[in-house]
Amino acid sequence: MEKVALLIEFKAGRVKKANFGMATLVRRSGKAMCAFVVNDSAAEAQAALEPYGVQQVVAIRSGGPGAAWDPARWARAIAAAMDRFGITQLVGLTTPQGRDLLPRIAAQLDAPLIMDCLEVDLDRQMVKTSRYSGKTVATIRLSGRHFIYGLRGNAVEAQKAPVAAERLSFDDTPGGDGGFEVLETRSDGGEALNLAEADVIISGGRGMKSGENFRLLFDCARLINGAAVGASRVAVDLGWVPYRMQVGQTGVKVNPKVYIACGISGSVQHFAGMKSSGMIIALNTDPNAAILAHCDYYAVADLFDVLPELKRQLTASMSSAE
Amino acid sequence: MSLFKIYVCVKHVPDSAATITVLGSDRIDANVTFLINPYDEHALTEAARIRQQHAPAEVVAVCLGPSAAENTLRSAMAMGADRSILVVTPQDHDSIFTARALKSAIAQDGEPGIILTGKEAIDTEGMQTLFRLAANFGLPAATNVVKLQLQDAAALVECEKESGAVDVIRMGLPCVVGAGKGLNTPRYPTFPEIVKSRKKEVKKIDVAALGIARPASRVEIIELKPAVENRAPRALTGSAAEIARQIAAILKEEARVI
Repeated sequence: MEKVALLIEFKAGRVKKANFGMATLVRRSGKAMCAFVVNDSAAEAQAALEPYGVQQVVAIRSGGPGAAWDPARWARAIAAAMDRFGITQLVGLTTPQGRDLLPRIAAQLDAPLIMDCLEVDLDRQMVKTSRYSGKTVATIRLSGRHFIYGLRGNAVEAQKAPVAAERLSFDDTPGGDGGFEVLETRSDGGEALNLAEADVIISGGRGMKSGENFRLLFDCARLINGAAVGASRVAVDLGWVPYRMQVGQTGVKVNPKVYIACGISGSVQHFAGMKSSGMIIALNTDPNAAILAHCDYYAVADLFDVLPELKRQLTASMSSAE
Repeated sequence: MSLFKIYVCVKHVPDSAATITVLGSDRIDANVTFLINPYDEHALTEAARIRQQHAPAEVVAVCLGPSAAENTLRSAMAMGADRSILVVTPQDHDSIFTARALKSAIAQDGEPGIILTGKEAIDTEGMQTLFRLAANFGLPAATNVVKLQLQDAAALVECEKESGAVDVIRMGLPCVVGAGKGLNTPRYPTFPEIVKSRKKEVKKIDVAALGIARPASRVEIIELKPAVENRAPRALTGSAAEIARQIAAILKEEARVI
């Protein structure tokens, strides 16, 4: 039976939640699934992925000197594992890690790859993805001997279908470094949830008036499980918040269940990064702001009045849930 | 000392603010404003900086696109490229073919000291051409580069990952660098630079002259549709407290996120 491999992504030793939607997508195709785990715990992957129908976990060891994380070495090891296990279709996530790994694997195999897929048809090698700043949706056919897909975060809702999985391992033969060496990975302590994977995003724009006022957004986000704070380009360009918080054409493209835009007028470029959100709620004092015509709920109101009230409401609903 | 050649691959893309109209079922009306891909501007700005530190050096902009892409190359030259190469093609190509064409055009022109380009194009958002180009040359590559430093025969780069983390990577030269937004602030040209760019060379090569066989691997657009928006905005009214209460209720009952 044809097997499809999932490229599993970890964060701080745990399987990221976004992998479960990816497993659900492959399980629904009726094909057998094999999860690739590189230099991380296959036991943790097995425990996390069995509930989602993954029958096989392959622990890939990408050795050699140097760092545990090395996208060039990992890509070579994954391509070798595909060869070893007879895998022709590989599905990964369109996360920063996926953006670094999937194109390297595709380049090495000279295989077609589509990133940021909204839908994937594994029988016909067809995908849907957005093109031209989210203004169009393209149906694309891939041809070749291998097929690689990068799924957009939250594109498929995870659904449980428990099975028992077996564990295999694959040790890649360390080759030369190919003139590429990861010296170190540095974190500036940004432990915050990655925007692209957040269920709820509360974003601020020009209407926030200062970086200090983003505290109002963080206060609300803390009270919602899986919520992150984003920003419009204006807020980033004014130096209020760092670039990594920017949602839009030249920032992060997000796909949360709910996107709450506070003081954001809603430029075409901002929409390019968030228009596929499940629900959009907008707060703006300007009744003519473009975003009010392209959302699900809006209030023409001052965010400085509404957000403290929302914080109170969320606190109350949190304590009543306990 | 031999000339250090810095190649910058640029793409001619529709302005992100343009209204996109789908023609037939698989292409867009190209009668809109096109410009240089924004991430490629960061690559060009960096190339101009490297040229100063690495003299004698030249910056060559390379593009696969229609004849009209000459405008994009003029912009690239106004931003600092010394000359440019346009591989003229009447049609759109996927990244597999594009990377073969760019490799062939660069290899015909000279030996690259380093190749820069944007981390992705804003129209097709493929995020992969730079890696394919690197593989075609057998060179190392890094993407979303926010810091670049050349030392002897190596490039020291910092690549931004999620949540503010960065990878510090050393690549042997030549290598391929995918510019991220954090790399620099694009330096927009002055009027004299724009005038000067009109006199710089754009070498045109017909794509057929590169003799690239149709790759067995490819991606094709089967259908292109305008993105439909089926949102019907509903107003939340009342006092700030009432609006907040309604939002909380929507998050709880309709969206089920709290």
